Amino acid sequence: MKSITKQKTFEEIEQQLDGFDRVYIAGCGTCATMSKTGGREEVLEMRERLQELGKLVTGWIVIPTACDEMTEVAIKENNGAIQNAKCILVMSCALGVHKLSTYIDKPVIPALDTLFIGIEDSPGCFQEVCAQCGQCVLGETAGICPLTACHKGLLNGPCGGTDNGKCEVDKEKDCGWTLIYQRLKEQGRLDLMRKYHSPRDCNVAPRPRTTRIT
Amino acid sequence: MAPSFREVLKFDKFVITSEIGPPKGTNIEKMLHHIDLLKDKVDALNVTDHQSSVMRFPSIGGCLAIKERGGEPILQMTCRDRNRLSLQAELLFAYTRGIRNVLCLTGDAVLVGDHKEAKGVFDLDSTQLLMTIRQMEAGKDLGGNELDGAVEFCAGAIVTPEANPIEPQLIKFEKKVEAGAEFFQTQAIYDLDKFAKFMEYARQFPVKILAGIILLVSARMAKYMNENVPGIFVPQNLIDDLASAPKGEAINKGIEIAGRMIATLEKESICDGVHVMAIGREEVVPDILKAAGLAT
Repeated sequence: MKSITKQKTFEEIEQQLDGFDRVYIAGCGTCATMSKTGGREEVLEMRERLQELGKLVTGWIVIPTACDEMTEVAIKENNGAIQNAKCILVMSCALGVHKLSTYIDKPVIPALDTLFIGIEDSPGCFQEVCAQCGQCVLGETAGICPLTACHKGLLNGPCGGTDNGKCEVDKEKDCGWTLIYQRLKEQGRLDLMRKYHSPRDCNVAPRPRTTRIT
Repeated sequence: MAPSFREVLKFDKFVITSEIGPPKGTNIEKMLHHIDLLKDKVDALNVTDHQSSVMRFPSIGGCLAIKERGGEPILQMTCRDRNRLSLQAELLFAYTRGIRNVLCLTGDAVLVGDHKEAKGVFDLDSTQLLMTIRQMEAGKDLGGNELDGAVEFCAGAIVTPEANPIEPQLIKFEKKVEAGAEFFQTQAIYDLDKFAKFMEYARQFPVKILAGIILLVSARMAKYMNENVPGIFVPQNLIDDLASAPKGEAINKGIEIAGRMIATLEKESICDGVHVMAIGREEVVPDILKAAGLAT
């Protein structure tokens, strides 16, 4: 599982940092490093660009996994440089931004946009495969999620916008239902495609979603 | 009183429907003109619902105008812009205003239209919308609550006979039949032999099939559709026909092609009727019907 991010435009970052002359930068050693948006290399490049802008970068860190509990320890160890800054620029997914903002009593500014939770299909290619809907249908759709793989999230088969296995919104995107059809056919389970799926429950776990392990 | 569309579908006649595209804005003069021009020449008129995800005057507004002017409207409803509450509410309203026909569509993606940043809803899909209608007819809403006054609609859907691969489309077609679709208006077809094969398959189901006929106005349009519109394939000989027409005459060639196709479909009883889409050129629909020998 990886949280896939993309860097915001530098103009937007610059705008958000307006008024903050001293900045501390935090990257993440897990997902943001893998998607090359907030690893060591990107953090150092950001430091350079901020310095060119005339900002003082009081310090930087690449937290091993910004969203986990060890983040608190990393923050404490770097407390001096953090306290010396007016804000923290976070180059991790929103989970890391959230985690840092619970430990730091200063403005925490995201440098990345969190796009989706995905897996790496092939080196450097990330794919969204789960929409975390709370009602898994993968058992009936040959392991391909229609809610995610179909642009419209349709449960009862392809729309009329499918064309030669591609989606109407982008000729590069596969039609999710064509993929499901092909795999079900290979498995000799095409009858599953004939099953009617009633409208889904959009509130299986009402937002904000929480759970407690008992 | 003129027969309802559902009754017309039961007659042993070649059914003709066409469609009205509402305006982007409040100037409805042209739309009303098209309604007046076509309402007595066809069995029913669809009104498109933000066609191609382009924001326009609503389908229900166009349908009311058709009703007021004595025509038979088919309310196109997509699942793109409304959740299940809103869709059901509109069905209630439509029923109280005498609208009796609904075409259930999933709807194009928001991304192909002119409000690309909008949220595509798709709370229901076309099959689920058909089921919703049947449930509301039984006096219950989707929440399982009793309705104080039910609805009754002649419900239709669409199918793409030239989709590739075709099998998933046919499975969906059958699901729509099971969900209560009474008629189908197809995506535009141009290859009648291929369409006849589809009809051999479709004939086994108790539904009426109206072949989609999109007026070709130029060779360029035909090529554009081949490249960009899923499920449409204009054969090269038709493109050549259009290209050979003298400058400014291609539309007449297109009318002739559409008329010829409709005439063949009717004479050879290939399907139950046609749905004529002139997309912005509604004023020539009577000419198409005339060319097909079906003008009344």
